[in-house]
Amino acid sequence: MENNLLSLIIFAPLAGAAINWFLGRRLRNEKFIGVIACGAVAVSTVVAFYLAFKSGGALRSTEPVFDNLWTWIQVGKFRADFGLAMDRLSGTYALFVTFVGFLIHVFAVGYMQKDQGFYRFFAFLNLFMFAMLTLVLADNFLLMFVGWEGVGLCSYLLIGYYIDRKEAGDAAKKAFITNRVGDWGFVMGIMLTFFLTGSISFFDKPAQGVTSALQTIAGMSAVDPFTWHAIFAGGVTSIAILLFIGAAGKSAQIPLYVWLPDAMAGPTPVSALIHAATMVTAGVYMIVRCSAIYTHAPTAMFVVAVIGAATALFAATIGLAQNDIKKVLAYSTISQLGYMFLACGLGAFTAAIFHVITHAFFKALLFLGSGSVIHGMHHEQDMRSMGGLKKYMPITFATMLTGWLAISGIPIFAGFFSKDEILWRTWSAGTFSLPSPPWSKALWFIGALTALLTAVYMTRMMVMTFWGSERFREKHVDHVDNASGIHDDAHHDDHAVHEPHESPWLMTAPLVVLAILSTIGGFIGVPYALGSLAGLHPTNYIEQTLGPVIAKVPGGKTESEPAAAEPIWLSHPPQTTDSAPAFVSLDETAASHSAEEIHGERLLALVSVAIAVLGIVFGWIIFRRRPLLALPRILENKYYVDEIYDATVINPINAGSREGLWKIFDVGVIDGFLHTIGEVVLEGGRAIRHLQGGFVRAYAAIILLGALAVIGFFAYYGVHAMRLLP
Amino acid sequence: MQHLLTAIILLPVIGGLAIVAYSLLPGRRESNYKWIALAFSVADFLISLLLIKGISAGVREFQFVDDVLWIGSIGARYHVGVDGISLWLVLLTTLLMPIAILSSWTAIQKRQLSYYLFLQLLAGAMVGVFVSLDLLLFYLFFEASLVPMFFLIGIWGGERRVYAAIKFFIYTSVGSLLMLVGIITLFYIYGTFDYVTILNAMRAGSTTLAPRAEFWLFLAFAFAFSIKVPLFPLHTWLPDAHTEAPTAGSVILAGVLLKMGTYGLLRFNLGLFPDMSRKFAPVMITLAIIGIIYGALVAMVQPDVKRLVAYSSVSHMGFVILGLFSFTEMGMQGALYQMLSHGVSTGALFLFVGFIYERRHTRQISDFGGLATPMPWFASLFVIASLSSIGLPFLNGFVGEFLIMLGSWTSNAIQHAWIATMLAGTGVIWAAVYMLWMLQRVVFGPVTNTKNSALKDLNTREIGLLVPLLILMLLMGIFPRVFLDRSAASVNEVRTRVAAPPTGGSFASSKTSEAPKRLAP
Repeated sequence: MENNLLSLIIFAPLAGAAINWFLGRRLRNEKFIGVIACGAVAVSTVVAFYLAFKSGGALRSTEPVFDNLWTWIQVGKFRADFGLAMDRLSGTYALFVTFVGFLIHVFAVGYMQKDQGFYRFFAFLNLFMFAMLTLVLADNFLLMFVGWEGVGLCSYLLIGYYIDRKEAGDAAKKAFITNRVGDWGFVMGIMLTFFLTGSISFFDKPAQGVTSALQTIAGMSAVDPFTWHAIFAGGVTSIAILLFIGAAGKSAQIPLYVWLPDAMAGPTPVSALIHAATMVTAGVYMIVRCSAIYTHAPTAMFVVAVIGAATALFAATIGLAQNDIKKVLAYSTISQLGYMFLACGLGAFTAAIFHVITHAFFKALLFLGSGSVIHGMHHEQDMRSMGGLKKYMPITFATMLTGWLAISGIPIFAGFFSKDEILWRTWSAGTFSLPSPPWSKALWFIGALTALLTAVYMTRMMVMTFWGSERFREKHVDHVDNASGIHDDAHHDDHAVHEPHESPWLMTAPLVVLAILSTIGGFIGVPYALGSLAGLHPTNYIEQTLGPVIAKVPGGKTESEPAAAEPIWLSHPPQTTDSAPAFVSLDETAASHSAEEIHGERLLALVSVAIAVLGIVFGWIIFRRRPLLALPRILENKYYVDEIYDATVINPINAGSREGLWKIFDVGVIDGFLHTIGEVVLEGGRAIRHLQGGFVRAYAAIILLGALAVIGFFAYYGVHAMRLLP
Repeated sequence: MQHLLTAIILLPVIGGLAIVAYSLLPGRRESNYKWIALAFSVADFLISLLLIKGISAGVREFQFVDDVLWIGSIGARYHVGVDGISLWLVLLTTLLMPIAILSSWTAIQKRQLSYYLFLQLLAGAMVGVFVSLDLLLFYLFFEASLVPMFFLIGIWGGERRVYAAIKFFIYTSVGSLLMLVGIITLFYIYGTFDYVTILNAMRAGSTTLAPRAEFWLFLAFAFAFSIKVPLFPLHTWLPDAHTEAPTAGSVILAGVLLKMGTYGLLRFNLGLFPDMSRKFAPVMITLAIIGIIYGALVAMVQPDVKRLVAYSSVSHMGFVILGLFSFTEMGMQGALYQMLSHGVSTGALFLFVGFIYERRHTRQISDFGGLATPMPWFASLFVIASLSSIGLPFLNGFVGEFLIMLGSWTSNAIQHAWIATMLAGTGVIWAAVYMLWMLQRVVFGPVTNTKNSALKDLNTREIGLLVPLLILMLLMGIFPRVFLDRSAASVNEVRTRVAAPPTGGSFASSKTSEAPKRLAP
């Protein structure tokens, strides 16, 4: 179905960005700029919801909504359209991106007030929404890559928003370059996809004569075998690995995660929007979008799962020892993203997207809450200088409380359902993408351990911030070893008294909305096993919506739909199901769940809850008494990974290029060689200087002789001796 | 319309003469030379726009042909024409000329008469290079473009201008002399200098080149053009020439002169010597990839902004060679696109360097820092130009580089083409490294040097001369088909010649199909 409204979703924020850049710059009116920026995103939100839920909309029908704007590049067989498509997956994504994005825009209006670059900030923020929605709604790889690089650019501009601070600029550059390393993988993956399938489109578009690359791969009967060799064989597994390099860059996975913690140098709403809720989950989106590729590449899936699990645990341990409130949340984000990749790697694509959504709610909430704290604390970010804030900032405290319980995995809060889903899928994963069955238990153990650590460090953060003694009254504690040490006092110098205060309603209102979503948002994906426990039979909306558009892992029953079900979008639907809401069409019944499975899932959920409670209790006992407890230095210093990268990669390349390539080779060898030739010629010239008697006629004669000699040589020797003539 | 090309070549020359004539007037004012030069170059650009009408998609023959006998005794002709390949290069030249003149507005104070005269002569010669269809005429224009540039560097350049100018001159004339030998040899074999006649004779198979002859001829031409591109390791004239040249000189060098090399390779090497081109493809591609990575790494560590941009050209032009020798439509179209795109973005980058040089009389990166605070317009536009050079999608640089890599991945010109592509692809990472690091040290951060805190932002003239380039960056990034569709037929004309060996060719190869070939699973 074609619907031109679709492009409004992306172009409304673009227009907002342009208006604020050109007009807002002159007006310098915060109200005008704020209304334009929020209004633009509000338009996107409304249109996205309309297109998703209207009769025959993207989420209610099996056929995507298309909007083909123009053919961007067409050379030979290669064709890339500027075309948008909203199917169930991109529709789901667009919904939460626009909605959470809108809330964060509103919050930012309050947070950024009286800032010098107010117009610039909102122009970039709107530009980000344009890029992010282009990424999500793109109907082919290359346009997705446009959005992909676009969000990277906006991330660069917004991390470096405080342009007069060196660390902001450094962090921005690091983010862009690290992402570029990943982008290299993405581009190469696109090329290999084109090479193997002759297309880069996600969808079949008969009207444009475009066939889907994903469908071509899905139609390949042979699945790459599970061998390490497959990674380098240039087949589907290679595509999957290359694309995953891109995903690892954007979504901050080992070894490309190092940019995300530094990215906290940007304003806090940026951290919430870009570095928690939306952009960093683009890697997960891409992999789920390409589920047809991954389900043909078990080796790649295994790599994704292992990297995801490793990242989850690794980042959680670092998060344990950070003192900057935003750094804790940054490592927590990396860790949670690791969960999502773990799910993808085991074929639980729906669970990954579910976690993306709940994470968007509670992590945006936590970041905005931390922004509210930072705002109320007059731009203090070190938790060692906080404490006892619940009295001063009741709304922020209450809302962050829900975020804390959600991320820790306490039941009924959103994070519980999605995290539990991932852990259960890990435990019960089939061996399709694993070398041997014990791997699923090992990965589950890492996931569970991470869950424990998550509860501990989040409790530590809450305790250090909201409970305990009011340390902000003391003189600033020693910040020497505070790596981030960013004190935004540029525009808050006028506050002589450092008395914390609650934030204005523009900031607290989004917090309240997100708190509600963090509390009840998980009910869109209650699994049958848990729902039936309460005597209810709730619909697992998220699975029913996404199930049809996501490829299934062959064999093994990792999703609750019958494994044999062919993803609907892969073949043309018999008719457009305009009338019947899709949720009903795929009713979930007890029949599809064996009693044994339900029992296992319930048991594991119980274990999850126990882990969460245990973590919170641990955290509470340890940090309630000693909030400033020093933790191992290696954790506080992030395992010295930045230093190791500097010493092993960056410095050698730098020094080698400067001393070796430039000074020795370029200047020394090449130019040295040429200068030597020049010297020889000059010496020769001096030797035969007596030829230069100063007689013009003599010169003329010499020139003539020389010319004749050259021409004669080629006339005779050149043509005959070289047998140039046939 | 019949003599349009001749008019485009001659108009700047007439402009130059007009400046001379004006200088002889009694009431002359030195400040008026640039106005005359600007008027003629703008007029030249405007009439060159008429060329677009003549080249619509699918046209492969040369258009706007002028063909008259020039030197009767050797049959040399004044034969000019444009096709989809040269069209855009001519337009790039005529567009960059007024920009170059405007960039000299206040920077050039000494000997303005000869300065603008040389610029005008240069313009005529450069257009001549791209439209010549007679080898001798091509050679004439090729050399004629060298002389004004030699003086532009040598007289109006920086501190080491004499060294740079002589290095530039000797380097390039060694190459072009070899090409002259090649041209004369071709004349002996085919009895004509006419490109179209020779090409037709080759196509018809009436006179074929012996492999040994083709080998040496390919080398002679390739050597001349590779120096001009420049291809690693023949590039060391470029950083010196670029750095010492006045801003206008750098803009034209990067924007147009380098393209003469890649244009020559495309038109003459691939067109006239397809068998040898195929044979040499692995060598050229290897050097191109070394150049891509090497140029980027050396650019990264330059302490001088202008040298950094100069070395980045080595990297970017390596992509062009890679695309040309992939012998695929995507690669070759991408290469042509990258030529245009590099002219636009690197030309713009040199303008930015010129702006700060004019203000601070230094190009050392360490002398700057935090320019965004005193010069917000400069900073914003500089960032955009840098991003286009980095290859951000929807700006001009991306389309060319992507098509080139796509072409080289699907190429049959070399074995394991995907490895070559992956290596070349790292150039895109390096581009981000050196450009962003430079931006970080020049534009962002706190103002560390008090001399920078009071710098004036760009004025109307400076913004105005950037606007056409910025518009082109967006246009080329978002609607590349405007350009690609018009060049497709001409590029394919060359490609079909070089990709498929002529019947009975000495290097008949079975690997000619461009169709995607599946790797072993």
